[in-house]
Amino acid sequence: MSVSDVSEKAPSSLGAMWRDKKTRAIIMQIVAVIAVLLFFGWLVNNTVSNIENLGIKVGFDFLWNTASYDINQTLIDYTANDTHFRAGLVGLLNTLLVAVCGVILATILGFSAGVARLSNNFVLSRLMQVYVEAVRNVPVLLQILLWYGIILHSFPRVKAAEPIIEGVIATNRGLFLPQPLPQDGFGWVWIAFFAGIIGSFFFRRYAKKALDSTGKQLPVLWASLGLIIGLPIIVYFLMGQPLGVSMPELKGFNYKGGFAIKPEFLALWLALSIYTGAFIAEIVRAGILSVSHGQSEAAHALGIKPSLTMRLVVVPQALRVIIPPLISQYLNLTKNSSLAIAIGYMDIVATLGGISLNQSGRALEIMLIILSVYLFLSLSISGVMNIYNERVKLVER
Amino acid sequence: MSEQTRDYVLGEHPELPAPDQRSGFVKWAMENLFSSIGNSVVTIVGLYILYLVIPPFIQWAIIDSVVLGAESRRECQAINPDGACWAFIYRRWDQFVYGFYPAPERWRVNLSFVFVAIIIAIALVEKLRAIKGAIWVALALVAACAILIVGGMFGLDRVPTNKFGGFMLTLIIGLTGIFASLPIGIVLALSRLSSLPIFSIFATIFIEFIRGVPLITLLFIASTLLSYFLPPGTNFDLLVRVLIMVTLFSAAYLAEVIRGGLAAIPRGQYEAADALGLSYWKSMRLIILPQALKISIPGIVSSFIGLFKDTTLVLIIGLLDPLGIGQAAIADVKWIALSNELYVFIALFFFVFCFSMSRYSLYLERKLHTGHKR
Repeated sequence: MSVSDVSEKAPSSLGAMWRDKKTRAIIMQIVAVIAVLLFFGWLVNNTVSNIENLGIKVGFDFLWNTASYDINQTLIDYTANDTHFRAGLVGLLNTLLVAVCGVILATILGFSAGVARLSNNFVLSRLMQVYVEAVRNVPVLLQILLWYGIILHSFPRVKAAEPIIEGVIATNRGLFLPQPLPQDGFGWVWIAFFAGIIGSFFFRRYAKKALDSTGKQLPVLWASLGLIIGLPIIVYFLMGQPLGVSMPELKGFNYKGGFAIKPEFLALWLALSIYTGAFIAEIVRAGILSVSHGQSEAAHALGIKPSLTMRLVVVPQALRVIIPPLISQYLNLTKNSSLAIAIGYMDIVATLGGISLNQSGRALEIMLIILSVYLFLSLSISGVMNIYNERVKLVER
Repeated sequence: MSEQTRDYVLGEHPELPAPDQRSGFVKWAMENLFSSIGNSVVTIVGLYILYLVIPPFIQWAIIDSVVLGAESRRECQAINPDGACWAFIYRRWDQFVYGFYPAPERWRVNLSFVFVAIIIAIALVEKLRAIKGAIWVALALVAACAILIVGGMFGLDRVPTNKFGGFMLTLIIGLTGIFASLPIGIVLALSRLSSLPIFSIFATIFIEFIRGVPLITLLFIASTLLSYFLPPGTNFDLLVRVLIMVTLFSAAYLAEVIRGGLAAIPRGQYEAADALGLSYWKSMRLIILPQALKISIPGIVSSFIGLFKDTTLVLIIGLLDPLGIGQAAIADVKWIALSNELYVFIALFFFVFCFSMSRYSLYLERKLHTGHKR
């Protein structure tokens, strides 16, 4: 007979109800719900009366008004005559652009630095330690401003800039690169590329089957590379090299043609990648160290080659430790990209939350949109992460 | 190696090379720097990078630099055009430390710095903490700091918070956030893991919301939107709003760190506490939390470091932290565009603080490590 059964017989007074664990839990939860509801009711009430008093219009109709400001970097067509909604969309795409580019570069930097920190080479591991410690302990906003300052003040002016290599010019107005211009027939190269990806997928399955049934190992990596890279190249030459190049040329005060990376994007991208890369390096290092030494010893004892030991034994186990914090670093990078506003990179906080907000005065609605966008990004990524975690979780007992 | 083993014939000894006779630095260098061709290349490239970076930096930052005797960037360049113009920091030093705190009242800030040093010493040094009443002294000093800096009592003039700035502001936001967010974070973590579903749901929603949005949007809400949510006519200080937001933000991150610690405590510990007949709060305070907090120390400290670094974001909503002061200063015609000097200087400040915090956490981890790890 449990304790609660005893007290259930005589919940005669309030005191007895309070002493009973179950009743107390219910009372406390009801009180908490009421308190939270009252608090939010108070907030809503205040907001409504404030809006009435100040005569502010509420609603999302302003999104369809003309934005009438320019954005210096757009992935989709945008002019000052477009709506606030489109400006917000441009901002969102810019956020995603810098987030995706940042994640790629940060992963490369982080994995190289993390592995290099574990190197036996004293100079290399110390250099990487200095990188990690120096970058992790300095605010990311400061690093963004520092990179922006370096590009603006220390890169050569447009007139004085010398090409680093043919067609690549670094100036304080940005980085200018040659731009490939696909001509008629280039679509076939894309088709060959995707066909290569699908083909390598099927080859992998075939190779796995062959391995399971005959024990024979097929060169999966080389075959895949051949299909994904080689096939498009062959098609490219078969089609008679349907690719032109637009070179950046100095015309007047700036370079025309080619592909220009704006200094704001460059600064933000470098700063975020280098900053997040340092955190990823620590995560990778911890992940590799977390694989018990016995695992690699066991692999050696089984006669598995060192390179295969790393790939088949150590890395899969390390990844289980690495992936969850890695994803949260990706999320941090995406959230940190909102600091773009400090250097005037037009992400969603700078377009919608900056100029659109000042023009329309709809602070409530705009903050709601921005918060929902970030929440959606974060929750969907962490949802994916949870699914992955379930799949790779060690099943114990 | 393997070939020699294979060639070994019973009764015959393989002729292995003599053991390495080298010792000291040469041996160490051969093993760690030049053990193979690839390794040697890496070493040489690494040293070359150091050679490319360090001497010019020292030349710029120390040898060619100008600290005294220059009133503007032009004068700096007249003395030495290639060096750093630290004169800029030197001339603006007071602003970097106190912001626009009125000069005759700055002793109050200085006294508070001393008090803060004493509080930190009490918090960190075990011998001081063990003295009876030390915690009350610390709390009294906290109150004294607040009264000293804000004023308006005991004959001290009130200093409006928009005069606060510089490192003083960083320390105010950072330390308030650190000390206020820890208890809130613990409560949030406990309620998220609570068996009472309502508490767990509320805590989860709060934590996930805060962690899902960037701090800068929360600061925007604090600076522009909060007046909508409060009764008409209320207008409370921007700094207080920022402090509340920073504290809540940091508390949500801390809650997740502490939740990890709580989850790592073996089930048996909870059961043992129950078996002893301890109430929920007593079992948490005496059994679970001491262990959970101990294993979460690295995470807690790194989230404190994150909070300290994030204090720079207040510049975006117009508070004058050192970076904000510096941005205003390099817009001044006299010191125009000295951005490298400014950022190196402020980076150094943050590095010193954050690096010492992370080293302290390593030390604490080692000290509290009671040997459950294999």
